[in-house]
Amino acid sequence: MASAVADIHDGATIMIGGFGNAGMPRALIDALIEQGARDLTIVNNNAGNGDKGLAALLAAGRVRKIICSFPRQTDSHVFDGLYRSGKIELELTPQGNLAERIRAAGAGIGGFFSPTGYGTLLAEGKETRLINGRHYVLESPIHADYALIKALKADRWGNLVYRKAARNFGPIMAMAAKCTIAQVDEVVALGELDPEVIITPGIFVKRVVQSEGEKK
Amino acid sequence: MKRFSRDDMARRVAQDIPEGAYVNLGIGLPTMVANHLDKSRDIFLHSENGILGMGPAPAAGEEDEDVINAGKQPVTLLTGGSYFHHGDSFAMMRGGHLDICVLGAFQVSVQGDLANWHTGAPDAIPAVGGAMDLAIGAKSVYVMMDHQTKAGESKIVQACTYPLTGIGCVNRIYTDLAVMDVTPNGLIVRDIAEGLSLQELEKLTGVALIAG
Repeated sequence: MASAVADIHDGATIMIGGFGNAGMPRALIDALIEQGARDLTIVNNNAGNGDKGLAALLAAGRVRKIICSFPRQTDSHVFDGLYRSGKIELELTPQGNLAERIRAAGAGIGGFFSPTGYGTLLAEGKETRLINGRHYVLESPIHADYALIKALKADRWGNLVYRKAARNFGPIMAMAAKCTIAQVDEVVALGELDPEVIITPGIFVKRVVQSEGEKK
Repeated sequence: MKRFSRDDMARRVAQDIPEGAYVNLGIGLPTMVANHLDKSRDIFLHSENGILGMGPAPAAGEEDEDVINAGKQPVTLLTGGSYFHHGDSFAMMRGGHLDICVLGAFQVSVQGDLANWHTGAPDAIPAVGGAMDLAIGAKSVYVMMDHQTKAGESKIVQACTYPLTGIGCVNRIYTDLAVMDVTPNGLIVRDIAEGLSLQELEKLTGVALIAG
């Protein structure tokens, strides 16, 4: 786990998979905290729940900025404290625009017009266009240096299958980062994953790490 | 006057959802609609985190941390249900594939503008989630909310004072006092609490209403 995150540099932009705790690669985040990189920009749907995982990374003071859709939750006390004391920058983006901005980066799209958020505070200052009678807002792709994601199984080629709704941001984040690191419950031999059900093809995955004690 | 209870409101919304509909229920009051859907009809519940065919909460001890709803509460998957990633999940919204979404609100204007994500208070931490995507994406947007704030102010307004979620996106409003359709001519009252007259409702609402 430690060697998988060893080269992450200060100031890196890191996508972290998960919706709340479902799909959050906790072992990779713990390794990143141990590794010590700071001044990070984090992309996640939320801004940490409770005191573990992403919340622990925030609490360790390593994050300069977070790009997310839903920071405020009943158990987001770590983020709330940092935000209120001005110690973290927040870029709030509607959840679908967040997903599509990530997907666009991975698919080589330079920007796209989305109807979501038109006429709201979250579109202020952005270019708009009327297309076939409907208003759209220009949204930009989000690229990352690293993506830390969680999947159920991987093989030596980096092909991934996920578990239930823990899939959430994994497949699109894997495409959008220069280096995607997948934490999996089990590494299986080539050929054991049915090619018809592979969700993320190995081309999008650079490193695979089996998390200790999670093989079921 | 007899106000509609929360269960009355949820039952009424559930009755208005046709068989075969793809539906997203927002966090809070709208979640209650699921309890009143007729199980003999196929209605497909969508959850923004990548579930179609979402089922009810599991029995105690059967929770799976990888099967949760938008509010991060444990749910189940119905036979025939599916999982998918966030890009696809929001394409279902933005691409106009969802028939109905049911959302809570701080305010709805007579033009159907929706405000439900941010109070605009200086010390508030803003959080939007999928609200803006749902507001502009679903074919029909239903709002469920109390008719008035705790201070007695109407939540149905001529123009929203809270920050907007979407412009002209609401089609129908269900409150504890009435059911109203948003139309180019104004709000048409489809149902009204027992013992309440249209004139009294109009006075409480503070905007012109049309008898349905």
